[in-house]
Formats: sequence, structure tokens, C-alpha cells
Amino acid sequence: MITVKKLVKRFGLKTILRGVDFEVQPGEFVALLGPNGAGKTTFLRILSSLSRPSLGDVMIAGYKLPHEAAQVRARLGVVSHLPLLYGDLTANENLRFYGRMYNIPDLELRTTEVLEMVGLESRRRDLVRTFSRGMQQRLAIGRAVLHDPDVVLFDEPYTGLDQDASSMLDEVLKTVAAKGRTVVMTSHDLARAEDLATRFDILSRGVISASASRKELKKTNLLAFYKQALAS
Amino acid sequence: MVDKTTEIRSVPLERRSHKSSFIKAVGAVVWKDLRAEFRSRELFSAMLVFSLLIILIFNFALELDIKTRQSVTSGVLWATFAFAGTLGLNRSMAIEKDRGCLDGLLLAPVDRSAIYFGKVISNLAFMLIVELIVLPVYSVLYTVNLFQPGLLLVILLGSIGYAGVGTLLAAMSVQTRTRDILLPILLFPVVIPVLLSAVKASSGFLNGADWEEIVLPLNLLIAYDIIFIALAFMVFDNVVEE
Repeated sequence: MITVKKLVKRFGLKTILRGVDFEVQPGEFVALLGPNGAGKTTFLRILSSLSRPSLGDVMIAGYKLPHEAAQVRARLGVVSHLPLLYGDLTANENLRFYGRMYNIPDLELRTTEVLEMVGLESRRRDLVRTFSRGMQQRLAIGRAVLHDPDVVLFDEPYTGLDQDASSMLDEVLKTVAAKGRTVVMTSHDLARAEDLATRFDILSRGVISASASRKELKKTNLLAFYKQALAS
Repeated sequence: MVDKTTEIRSVPLERRSHKSSFIKAVGAVVWKDLRAEFRSRELFSAMLVFSLLIILIFNFALELDIKTRQSVTSGVLWATFAFAGTLGLNRSMAIEKDRGCLDGLLLAPVDRSAIYFGKVISNLAFMLIVELIVLPVYSVLYTVNLFQPGLLLVILLGSIGYAGVGTLLAAMSVQTRTRDILLPILLFPVVIPVLLSAVKASSGFLNGADWEEIVLPLNLLIAYDIIFIALAFMVFDNVVEE
């Protein structure tokens, strides 16, 4: 579903990604872990077509970036630590707006389905600026899956959430993944990543330094694997 | 809380023509901007108060007789529209950037120029509404009749050019930390041809000049509008991408 070969990203003289090779099979849930500044967000921005690669090949769902970006975007949902929602619109209006941008048919029905999925149906007429951080993040996930994408990218979705809101988000993330979607999530929260993901990749110093599936990690825990990958 | 059965339907993206989805996306951006502004009135009230303050300051500062008032009108008007317009353009893009909404827009599978045109139309709408309120106030304060069809046409054409180039530069400057300062620095030199033509054509209509005198700045204004908007249409994608 996602194939990345020798991806390099430079900002001026600074090289952030130094030849990343990355492959994700359909239906996989990959947790992309790494320290601050490792290039996780930059990598996800390239996958989501918001940033152009300096070198290398990126293919998503059979389409090549950046040349077929519109086709990729139609099959992609993105959730970042910012909600990407308008505070002065209601939850329903936000979804309707994005639905029109994605040209979704039966928008009223789909909006209701998504609001039910993220547990915000009763707040559909409330302005988003009155929502808590956790509710905004749940609505952000609703926005990202509104067009039923094949691939969903999560960039630090737990940032700024308290324990209750994080637990609720876990449930929503499981629902999103349960539909057989391909998911890539960056996170600092190893426990949550361990609970959700089927594969764990460590991005360190601009390259994927280690990768292991859930099965391969049976003998050791994620924290030990993570520490080992960073040390090597 | 989460009912896993609710998300069983696959959503096929509507297969409509490129033109139809382009127009739909432009409409969506305009609807969203107007709806949000109708609720917050953040941008509109700032532009309006600023415009009224400028014409009041000019009124007291210049202390002109009736004849001279007529001759400075086009200059004062366009200075007011330009300053207020900059304020609106800055805020309009800042709203998109602050909560990451610009990324949300850029992630949509539409031609990115649809986002540009949507923002231009909503910025233009805000400018025109402010101008519609400023004109009668100016007429009363300066005792000048501004409700002439020719002048209104110039105001419309000048505002289109200003919003067209301003939206592009606002999209550029909003990516920087110094966006509030950067936009006027970038915008005013670029928009000088529009302002000069608009001032000249406005003066012509206000002073009852011959059509031959007015037609040149009016044609230049139309040409600048077309050139600027066509240029912005071509480069917007590159401006907003990292």
C-alpha cells in the first residue's frame, strides 16, 4: 500500500531524512517511533503530499508522489496534533465543509455516521471552539475518515490529551483500524503504540534504524527494542 | 461510546467532472469563510473600524475646503481600502494557519487553485461589504457624491485586483513568523499598478473627465486584474507547498 525508497528531505543545508526505505502492506498498523527531531513529522508530511521529497520515490495505493498527489489525497486521511478544524463552525458544519471538498455523496448521512462513530452525535450543532481537546481530536479523526480513505496517517494523535481522552481516542483508533485500513502512526507513547500497532519501525537520525512485527517482539518488549534500536 | 457497526459503508468519491468538483470546492471555501465570519465577525469588524478611523483621521488632518476635498477623494479612498484590505487578508490566512486548517484544505483532492479562488472570492466579499459601508460615511463626512456607476465599477475592479494578488501573497507570508509585517511589505510594491490605475480612473469619474482620459487607466486596471489572477492561479500550488 505504501512504498518509500531512498527518501531524502533537505531544508536548505539541513538534511532531515537521509534515505528512508519503508514499506507497508494493506491493512497493517505501523507505529513509527523515534526521538524528537528524528524526522517523523517531516516523513508523514511527505506521505500526505504536503511536502515534496528532495530525492527518492514515494508510492501510495499505486500512485506516485508528487506527480499524482490528487489521487493519493483522495485515498488518504490525516490526523495531526493540530485539529485542522474551524472553531467558528459547528461539528456538523466542519464535516460538511470537508465533505464538499472531497465531493462525498449523501453527505448528510455520512456526516451522521461519522459523528456517531466518534461519539459526538449529540454535539453536532455545537461550535468546535467549545469542545475539549479530546473531543476536537475525536472530531479530527472523523474528518480524516469522512471519505473512507484506504490509508490513515496519525501524527502524534495523543499530544495534549488527558488519560480519559486518550482512552477514548484508543477506541476510535481501533475502530478506524478495524475496517482493514492501512494505518501509520507516529507517537512517543510506547505503551499505546504497543497496544494498537501490528508493526513497529524506529526512525532515528533520518533513517529507519529498526523494524519488528508484533510477533517478532514476543520475546522482548517494545521499550527494550526501542532503546536497542536507538543505541545501535 | 464507539459503535463499530456504524462505519460499515464504503464511501465512493463522487465521479463528477473536474470542472464540477472545482466549482464545488470553490463554493465550499467561500461558504465556510462567510459562515465562520458571520459567527465571529472578527475580520469584518476589524476592517470596518480601521477603515472608518482612517477616513476620520484624514478628515480632521487635512481640513480641506469643498473643492479640494473632491480632488483628494480618490487618493483617500484607495489608501483606506488598501490598508483595511491588508488587515483582512492577513487575518483571513492566519485563521487557516493557526489551527492547521490550511493543511486540511491542502489535503483535499481538488485542484489547489480552487482553494485560491475560494479565498479570493471571500476576501473580495469582505472588502466590498466594508467599502459599501465606508462609501456613504465618506460621502457625508466629505460632502462628495460617491454613488456614480463609473466609480463603483472602478472600486469593484480595483478590489478584484487587490484581493487577487493579496490572497496569493498572504498565503506566502502566512508561512513565516513575521507574517503581519511581511504582507504589506510584499503587497504594496506589487499592487502599485492596480492602485495607480484605480486612483487615476476614480479621479476621472469624480472630476467628470472625458472618457478618453478614463479609458486608459480603466483598461490597465482590467489588464492587471487578469494578469495578476492568472499568475496567482499558476503559482499558488508552489507557494503553499513546502
